[in-house]
Amino acid sequence: MPSLAGLFFWMNRKIENINKITVTKPLKLDCGKTIKDFPLAYETYGKLNEKKDNAILVFHALTGDQFVAGTNPVTKKDGWWVTAVGPNKAIDTNKYFVICANVIGGCMGSLGPSDINKETNQPYGLDFPVITIKDIVRAQESLLDHLGIKKLLCATGGSMGGMQLLQFCATFPEKTFSAIPIACSSSHSAQNIALNELARQAIMADPVWDNGKYFLKNTQPKNGLAVARMVGHISYLSEQGMQEKFGRKLQEKADYEFSFNADFQVESYLRHQGSSFVERFDANSILYITRAMDYFDLTKQYKGGLVEAFKNQSTKFLVISFSSDWLYTTKENKDIVIALNASGADVSYSEIVTDKGHDSFLLNEPEFLKTLKGFIDSMYEKFKNETGI
Amino acid sequence: MKQEFKVIADLLPNNTRVLDVGCGDGSLMNFLVKEKNIETRGLELDQNNVQECIYKGLTVIQGNAETELYQFPDQSFDYVVLSQTLQAFYKPDKVLNELLRIGKSVIVSIPNFGYWKVRTSLLLFGKMPITKTLPNTWFNTPNLHMCTIKDLYNYCEHQNINIKKVIGVNESNTSYIKRSNLEIKNLFSKLGIFLIG
Repeated sequence: MPSLAGLFFWMNRKIENINKITVTKPLKLDCGKTIKDFPLAYETYGKLNEKKDNAILVFHALTGDQFVAGTNPVTKKDGWWVTAVGPNKAIDTNKYFVICANVIGGCMGSLGPSDINKETNQPYGLDFPVITIKDIVRAQESLLDHLGIKKLLCATGGSMGGMQLLQFCATFPEKTFSAIPIACSSSHSAQNIALNELARQAIMADPVWDNGKYFLKNTQPKNGLAVARMVGHISYLSEQGMQEKFGRKLQEKADYEFSFNADFQVESYLRHQGSSFVERFDANSILYITRAMDYFDLTKQYKGGLVEAFKNQSTKFLVISFSSDWLYTTKENKDIVIALNASGADVSYSEIVTDKGHDSFLLNEPEFLKTLKGFIDSMYEKFKNETGI
Repeated sequence: MKQEFKVIADLLPNNTRVLDVGCGDGSLMNFLVKEKNIETRGLELDQNNVQECIYKGLTVIQGNAETELYQFPDQSFDYVVLSQTLQAFYKPDKVLNELLRIGKSVIVSIPNFGYWKVRTSLLLFGKMPITKTLPNTWFNTPNLHMCTIKDLYNYCEHQNINIKKVIGVNESNTSYIKRSNLEIKNLFSKLGIFLIG
């Protein structure tokens, strides 16, 4: 379980020195409420060229943030997608200008439930409006204007990042030349809603949570949040991958302890993942962001179905799935491909064979990274030709 | 580019929309895009081939033609191309129907089991034939439903599938095949290319 020092760190994180814009344009949320003059935190890597045709927008996943590459200045750990983004990586920051914004509802500088509600002078907690993936995406539009980018070379994201991307393409069909949705879905499945509910219930069952008012006591429902993270981690691995990594191996001991301590390596791994997570993430943010994921259903949004959502797309798509991903399955990803095909869009699709499960998009999966690089580089050549540069 | 692809490319008018089923590394699609301004889509099973296509900037969907053609809408392509794969399907008749549903026209090529060398191998030596177009042995061949040019010709007629053109290929020689010269061309063509639909 997290140390006091860790908790102290969460409460006193230096997040003032990160890039932020203030979105002044009022944003009417799907729930009916309106937010305005709110902060949107972001980070960029590489240089935007003169012609502004080398910009790639990355959408982060549930527990990610804007620190895609290099070292995360807040946690001092590697950026969440260092395997794919950086100098000479698949998304080469020597060549491309990579942008990522922290989602609203999050806790890395963009407006979220841990921010001060100007009306009460206290953190929002559960007074924060319930947001959707569409709200999250629309909040990011101003950032492109701020950076002076009319059309992105590419937009990409895995998991919830992929869901934001699909929404982005449906809502702003002219904003990106190409798109790579990775390991995602066009509507959250019953299984995924169930797993998110498990995570939320773990948080809400922790007495420290106190209806989201834990901030009054300057604390976090760390036990509940850690369990929520454990649930997530199980779902990010595959049965085979987990068996190969941990099997029945014991954690630094020769035999069972006949206790409820972490005898097995897999238990120790989950406990570690849980406890390190509470030092960098806000429990209420998990509630809000998982809810946004659950509400995501492009088919419902576009009453004609998914085909209608992708009508009139000139964006070139590459959909990628992973064979052992049971959270966002190949079938769900293929449904996106089928809808894009039916709407006449330009869509490529690749299923990467791996036993690493949903996590694969964050790992060093050579076939995946090669495919990513090949697509982006070839799209850049096309984009340059199309814009007559 | 191999002779077969040259013949297929010549059959395809400029500025059309083509689906290449089993597109391999995309060499035919690449030629069609660059030389004929054709809008192409590929369907390919093999991961490395899919990657090759993506590197070339070609649009390709990884998948199995036997089970995944349903994802393409009716009459959504001017032409659908299937090169030397019809014989490898469990149900070639169903696949052919799918191709005709998706494409306004369909180009199908087959290694001709009626080619004289194939016939003599079986007739004189009593062995399953191994030739340039049929390089595998009986136990590892992917080909489940071998047929001859004559078989496919008869099949199309029987199924009321409109035969627009049939071309026989033997190395660099090509010739048109009609009902009148079917017997002789069936003997001397290594490959048959059908434009139907």
